[in-house]
Amino acid sequence: MGILSSAVSITRYRVEGKIEGSATEMVARGLKKNTIPDIDEDAVEKAAGWTSFENPFQPQFEGSNFVFGNLFIFSLRVDRKSIPSKLLKKHLTLETSKRLAKTSRRFLAKDEKQALKDKVTAELAVRVPSTPNVYDLLWDFEKSSVCFFSNLRSANEELETLFKRSFNLALIRLFPYTAADLQAELTDQERDILLGLSPTHFSN
Amino acid sequence: MLDLSVAYSRYRFLGDEFLTWLWYLIETNQDAFRSADPDCTALEIGNRVALENRKGKSIERITIKGDDAGLEEGKLALKKGALVTELAMVFKTGNHEWQFSIKGESLNVSNLRAPGPTLPQSPEEMEPFLLDKTQQFYKIIDFIDKIYKFFIRERISKIWSSKTTPALKKWVKSAE
Repeated sequence: MGILSSAVSITRYRVEGKIEGSATEMVARGLKKNTIPDIDEDAVEKAAGWTSFENPFQPQFEGSNFVFGNLFIFSLRVDRKSIPSKLLKKHLTLETSKRLAKTSRRFLAKDEKQALKDKVTAELAVRVPSTPNVYDLLWDFEKSSVCFFSNLRSANEELETLFKRSFNLALIRLFPYTAADLQAELTDQERDILLGLSPTHFSN
Repeated sequence: MLDLSVAYSRYRFLGDEFLTWLWYLIETNQDAFRSADPDCTALEIGNRVALENRKGKSIERITIKGDDAGLEEGKLALKKGALVTELAMVFKTGNHEWQFSIKGESLNVSNLRAPGPTLPQSPEEMEPFLLDKTQQFYKIIDFIDKIYKFFIRERISKIWSSKTTPALKKWVKSAE
């Protein structure tokens, strides 16, 4: 469910950290450096990186095509290859038989089995195309605010890691405590009261 | 600041209390919403309310769904000590309405349906479309921020125990 969907889900973040120089140039550098790689021809099973909002399957960050008004809009893409277990089992059985016939043995050692499984998985990963998942992101730089268009835990964790690596800025997720601490303009004394709060019971 | 994962669990009750208080406010004081956004003509309960009662040994969960669903069961759950954990709402202005849900533990927004332009037909239309669309999203985000700030300021003040809690208890008790 991205920005263009009729219904969207949003997880909100506060951006923490300082930027030296032009923000647009810094963001462009981070996006280019961490653009999603193409793994379809590789033995890699998963990749995560940035992609363009308008053209998520052909990422390109030339000029300032991620700047819309005073907002930065781009997307996180996570590509995963899913190798069906039955396909893996078939190829592993065939490879095991070949290996046993070649070495005239009846069984493989535990570490040999694992090594063979890794080899077969890697070979299949080259042949299986990846499935992309695209999640849009809206960054209001002046407000230090990020809206991420997914509530999925795994996608949010990917975002937090990649954002830090790309821009050297931390994302603080806004949930009840952080939203109170960061957005309610509390004094130190009020923060202490917040820390000491305990649940209220409304039933008698 | 506290360790974030500790703070998430330790203070999740604040989000559930916020949504329960919001339901109370929807029924008793719509003026509060107009002070957060002068365009707001009404904030209404939407088609989904989830509650949790953690008072006993096990957690009791109640979900009320559907456009014409009655809220009596939810009110009864409040009486037994449950809090609202997820609340769908409809935000109305003179000409438009926004539908959205908030989860108490995370304050995540889901199923946000905002009014706005139709999808762009050409690349040139994309930028104005996005700016308009994001403005519609921020209408609700800013509204939630203001209401939550209002809640937190009341929650940490003496008013919470002297006025708000007794009023909420009375509202829960009087629920049919």
